[in-house]
Amino acid sequence: MDNNSSAINYTFSIEKNDFSRAGQASSKLKKILMQLGIDSTITRRAAIATYEAEMNIVIHSEGGAIIMQVNPELIAIYAEDRGPGIDDIELAMHEGYSTAPDWIREMGFGAGMGLSNMKRCSDYFNIDTKKGAYTKVTMKFLLQGGVVDKN
Amino acid sequence: MKLSKIADILGAEVLCGKDHLDNDVEYAFSSDLMSDVLTYVNKRTLLLTGLTNAQVIRTAEMIDIAGVLFVRNKKLGDDILKLATEDDILVMRTCHTMYTASGILYCAGLKGLSIGRS
Repeated sequence: MDNNSSAINYTFSIEKNDFSRAGQASSKLKKILMQLGIDSTITRRAAIATYEAEMNIVIHSEGGAIIMQVNPELIAIYAEDRGPGIDDIELAMHEGYSTAPDWIREMGFGAGMGLSNMKRCSDYFNIDTKKGAYTKVTMKFLLQGGVVDKN
Repeated sequence: MKLSKIADILGAEVLCGKDHLDNDVEYAFSSDLMSDVLTYVNKRTLLLTGLTNAQVIRTAEMIDIAGVLFVRNKKLGDDILKLATEDDILVMRTCHTMYTASGILYCAGLKGLSIGRS
């Protein structure tokens, strides 16, 4: 994470399989960005990408957290879960590939679009995973004049 | 096209967000798959859906939707309308099927989104 003293930090805990509350963190995050006066197009991109990440934690993981850092140059979103990790990231990034169960598909999700949509929405995207341990997604959204440091 | 006109031509019941009826919308997207809605909706758009869970409203909130039109006269849970009211999202309901409602709106001049693929 960025060690920027001017950064504002927010952390949201995400529970596994809690479909009824899924999206609450992204909703709060979006409202914060709007209150901060962030450009509406950037806010929308960050909200969509965060919501996709939040749904992935709810659907696929043992639970985790979404952390948002905002500084004058960029918005950084860290979506981290407690496993089980992704077998094949390249395959998971492929549009249409999904391991979501039927009940999730019946809820309108699990079409295998999430990771590629997160990458499309963000200015910087990275995914790190360890089988049986964690998946960590990092997304950054540049504000005016911002530069991605890729850390 | 004004959202009020859309409600009129579909005989739709406006369930919340009536303050937005005077707003204009140029595009519509019909889907029960929120994954696709999140991927393809990139303009101020009316969402037509028969899916009835709170994630429809969450999805609508994230993409800055112009309004949500539930088709097939779906019964909506209190949680959906409560969330839509909190997020100030216009919600309508029509007796028409998704196909018929989409056709009527298309003929009336509401455009479909291009998803950039043939």
